[in-house]
Amino acid sequence: MQLTPDSFTPVTRDNAEQEILRPSLTYWQDAWQRLKRNKLAMLGLYIIVFLLLAAVFGPLFSNTSYSDQNLLQANRPPSSEHWFGTDNLGRDLFIRVLYGARISLAIGIVASLLNFTVGVAYGGIAGFVGGRTDRFMMNVVDVLYGVPVLLYVILLMVVLKPGLTNIFIALGIAYWLQMARIVRGQILVIKEQEYVLAARTIGAGKWRILLRHLIPNSMGAIIVTMTLAIPDAIFTEAFLSFIGLGVAAPMASWGVLASEGINSLRSYPFQLLFPALAISITMLAFNFLGDGLRDALDPRMRR
Amino acid sequence: MAGETLLEVRNLKKHFTVEADIFGRPTAQLKAVDDVSFSIAAGETLGLVGESGCGKSTTGRTIIGLYQPTSGEVLFKGENISAADKQVMRQEIQMIFQDPYASLNPRMTVGDIIGEPLDIHRLAKGQERTKRIQELLKLVGLNAEHANRFPHEFSGGQRQRVGIARALAVNPSLIICDEPISALDVSIQAQVVNLLERLQRELGLTYLFIAHDLAMVKYISRRVAVMYLGKIVELAETDKLYASPRHPYTQALLSAIPIPDPAVERNRERIRLEGDVPNPINPPSGCRFRTRCQYAMAVCAEQEPKLTYINGHAVACHWAAE
Repeated sequence: MQLTPDSFTPVTRDNAEQEILRPSLTYWQDAWQRLKRNKLAMLGLYIIVFLLLAAVFGPLFSNTSYSDQNLLQANRPPSSEHWFGTDNLGRDLFIRVLYGARISLAIGIVASLLNFTVGVAYGGIAGFVGGRTDRFMMNVVDVLYGVPVLLYVILLMVVLKPGLTNIFIALGIAYWLQMARIVRGQILVIKEQEYVLAARTIGAGKWRILLRHLIPNSMGAIIVTMTLAIPDAIFTEAFLSFIGLGVAAPMASWGVLASEGINSLRSYPFQLLFPALAISITMLAFNFLGDGLRDALDPRMRR
Repeated sequence: MAGETLLEVRNLKKHFTVEADIFGRPTAQLKAVDDVSFSIAAGETLGLVGESGCGKSTTGRTIIGLYQPTSGEVLFKGENISAADKQVMRQEIQMIFQDPYASLNPRMTVGDIIGEPLDIHRLAKGQERTKRIQELLKLVGLNAEHANRFPHEFSGGQRQRVGIARALAVNPSLIICDEPISALDVSIQAQVVNLLERLQRELGLTYLFIAHDLAMVKYISRRVAVMYLGKIVELAETDKLYASPRHPYTQALLSAIPIPDPAVERNRERIRLEGDVPNPINPPSGCRFRTRCQYAMAVCAEQEPKLTYINGHAVACHWAAE
């Protein structure tokens, strides 16, 4: 084959290389797309939304209260009138489980608020300032972390009566520690990234670097940690109430309901079944969502 | 082209504490930059080469103030940088980073990345800011519409252009290029280097060009400084240095450049250096290069060679001085 200079024509240089065809997606849009593909995580999300709606609005549509007793109707199995049956005092279990959801979700909200405010601020400052401050702050965390939550609650019982306050205080001491550690770790890594150095060379102040560069880039880890801390807090409350250190009757937390149900396990197993199911499903839903969020928000997992 | 001295570095030292006793007194120090002096004239490009870990990036970062120098001083237009107004210096000296994938905040749009220096120094607001960002994007060869995109949508070369636009936003006179091309593909390297040259011509910029690619440094620099273990061992005009290197280390480096001509390449003789770079925490006595130098003499172990100028060609070597 003969090749002559004429057989070649130079490719005209156009702007094609500077074109970007993919639609512009922000980080959160991108993460949402990935989350939507994860069926289990979406199932978890739907369950949580449903639970929230049921807990907030459910009791409004019922004409009985969670503490209304009707001894003639005691220990009835599930029926069209009482969906989950009734307990030994004739209280409607369905309504009581819904009220339990309120308490559980309140615990979840408190835990996540603590995580987000105290945990992020504490870890962020420790990681950002570094040096001796960091070492001191993290030693405090290590000490607090070493004491079991159960011990805090028992000690608080000496001062206060058993109840929600106890649990909130115990959560307040214990539930931001994990977040503080994670955020500090993230900040330590991101602090050395070149874009933070670049921000410093253009004269960005400390707060600007913290709020515009460090925190937004730790957001993925923060949200995942938060989502996984919520079920942990909910379960802790259920556990404490179950062993009688938390919410007390006639208040209806899932732990209390399970504890009451276990007394009549042989004769009326449904009294344990429904609160236990509620606990399990909620835990699973939060964990599914947390795992899904981790996959969706972690850029290293990107396919 | 070269005018008056823009930047002068005098006996700059940067030591990192590797170990300290319980009172915080250092017991082991890494002398990343150890007594380095050089100057850059306005409008010129000084290349700074050396292998990984020789302190060339640390030199750049100390000049721009990311690190506090252990001792020595940096003079910008005759004024000591540590005494000068920080905000003014931040506008005079800028930096381009090595890794275009790490040097742009992934959560910010390109427009905000380039606009950040404008916000910090209150240079432009609203409409004016948008206009300036578009101007900068065009200046580095990107489209004005790219301002709303995120860094991950760009290729390595495009990201590096964004990094350059960010550095240019404050109208600096000196730009420290910290290996700006070593993370890019070879075909893109040429584009970015040509862009840097064009910008230098158009805006009258001065560059400190840090790199380990000798061929690229030869192409862009007017003068070249060679660093080894925290010290400058040779500094000369590019042509002189490449034609007649005098320090054994420079000779070895230059002999390692492949020549794009098979006939010549076949007969190219490479000076192979024995052993590894010594530990910078505990460098050899006297001349730091003597452990790997084929000309090492008795005096090399005892006396540290000083960087001495002969006809504008500076070299720190006992053997070369003879």
